[in-house]
Amino acid sequence: MKTTMQRREWLLGTGALGLWGLGGCASTAGGMVPARTRVLVVGGGYGGATAAKYVRLFSDQKIEVVLVEPNEAFVSCPISNLVIGGHKTITDVTTRYDSLANNHGVRIVKDMVASIDVAKKVAVLASGPTIAYDKLILSPGIDLMFDGVQGLRAAQAEGRILQAWKAGAETVALRRQLEAMPDGGTYAITIPEAPYRCPPGPYERACQVASYFKVAKPRGKVLILDANPDVTSKGPLFKKVWAEQYAGMVEYRGQHKAVAVDARTNSVKFEVQDDVKADVLNVLPPMRAGAIAVQTGLANANARWCNVNYLNFESTAAKDIHVLGDSIQIAPGMPKSGHMANSHAKVAAAAIVAELAGWEINAAPMLTNTCYSFVDGKNVIHVASVHEYVAAEKTFKTVAGSGGVSAAPTELEGNYAWNWARTIWADALA
Amino acid sequence: MRIRSLRPLAAALWLAAASAPVLAQDARALNQRALAATCANCHGAGGRAVDGATVPGLAGMPAGYIVEQMKAFKAGTRPATVMHQLAKGFSDAQIESVAAYFAAQRK
Repeated sequence: MKTTMQRREWLLGTGALGLWGLGGCASTAGGMVPARTRVLVVGGGYGGATAAKYVRLFSDQKIEVVLVEPNEAFVSCPISNLVIGGHKTITDVTTRYDSLANNHGVRIVKDMVASIDVAKKVAVLASGPTIAYDKLILSPGIDLMFDGVQGLRAAQAEGRILQAWKAGAETVALRRQLEAMPDGGTYAITIPEAPYRCPPGPYERACQVASYFKVAKPRGKVLILDANPDVTSKGPLFKKVWAEQYAGMVEYRGQHKAVAVDARTNSVKFEVQDDVKADVLNVLPPMRAGAIAVQTGLANANARWCNVNYLNFESTAAKDIHVLGDSIQIAPGMPKSGHMANSHAKVAAAAIVAELAGWEINAAPMLTNTCYSFVDGKNVIHVASVHEYVAAEKTFKTVAGSGGVSAAPTELEGNYAWNWARTIWADALA
Repeated sequence: MRIRSLRPLAAALWLAAASAPVLAQDARALNQRALAATCANCHGAGGRAVDGATVPGLAGMPAGYIVEQMKAFKAGTRPATVMHQLAKGFSDAQIESVAAYFAAQRK
């Protein structure tokens, strides 16, 4: 059996802490950080890519940052529903990782982390080599629990019943299924119990499919089958759009918890309600923290999500591992969103740089979230919030009086939504 | 045993004596940078907007102007789609800190 000792160390040196470089004249965080300090980032999504860049920025490029990401390019989940609606292409939501390396000196390793030795502070890559770290930032996104819906794993593997909740090939495949669907057919989406990635996402997707049907298949139907008792985000706004813009086309049913699918008949069974058959069935299974987080023993909240210290996003289960984004156990009012993961990343990056420099970490970090939903190709609604750390309760809470939603869908917000996407992609990756 | 138990304390005292003022000031600068980064998702990293942006870049904008506009968003006297909701989440001191940061950035 191969042991860690026998494995090839991927990078020169070990990244282990050397002598503290406590030069009295050092005046930046970078100047205070010991030589050869390495932060390893696992996962290049909204959380990980942002964290990789901002550790470099906040340390004035003094901390070595290695990003391990298996995909060739970043494919954004936000805006990917427009690919399903036919208003954008998958290329429009794809950004290469090159700039993180070229502009910020992030070392990018196209691989996956197979395991993490928490005690030795070493990650083992799927291809075999090891990478030692001083701090590890784990941003693996979500793991889709296919086994939570009987028959779904096989149906998904066959390409019959898709999730398209991790943007990429399935996004395009779902679009193809819709294009192939005859007019008069039914598209059904099932939604798991909250918390899940992107609370308004399924409702936006229903709008996108309806916007396509309205033009191309006017007798088509869109069925939303929600395990939750009611719409979990922007409820009144979405319901108004369904009732007015998509009258007779979109139907919402709450209390529909999917428990099994039959790929042969393209039908779905529910815990209580009657079975539903659809021409295109889009099943979102329950979700939990990314597999590497679960496997490393960090998912200590209901065995699904990772509890963190919200001041620095350090796991409560493992020292020097900081968990970001959708994998964490959320604070009150905190959505699992790309924008929120980007916000987590900046707080964590600043805290990690401060810790490595031997400084006190910020006692009052702030987070923001802005989430836009396209109700068709142009018109958009949003929900926004600002979150402050409340020391007495050791959690983030929304700032009283802040935040809110749109009054109604507008093209002006559609313009801002696309601007948001281009800007946050650049913020994380350019 | 006694010496070993004293060591960390002695080191900590030395560290505090040697670099406390520098640390306090520089840690504040880092925190200010991190606070300003909450604007970057929409206004651009470092306050520099992406090409063809439809929201303004903040880098190089006079601090007084940023403070004034944020207060107008907060008060509801400047209409907005999102900014009036976000502005209400930040204290006057935080707004002043962010404004000072962006005013000092190159456009």
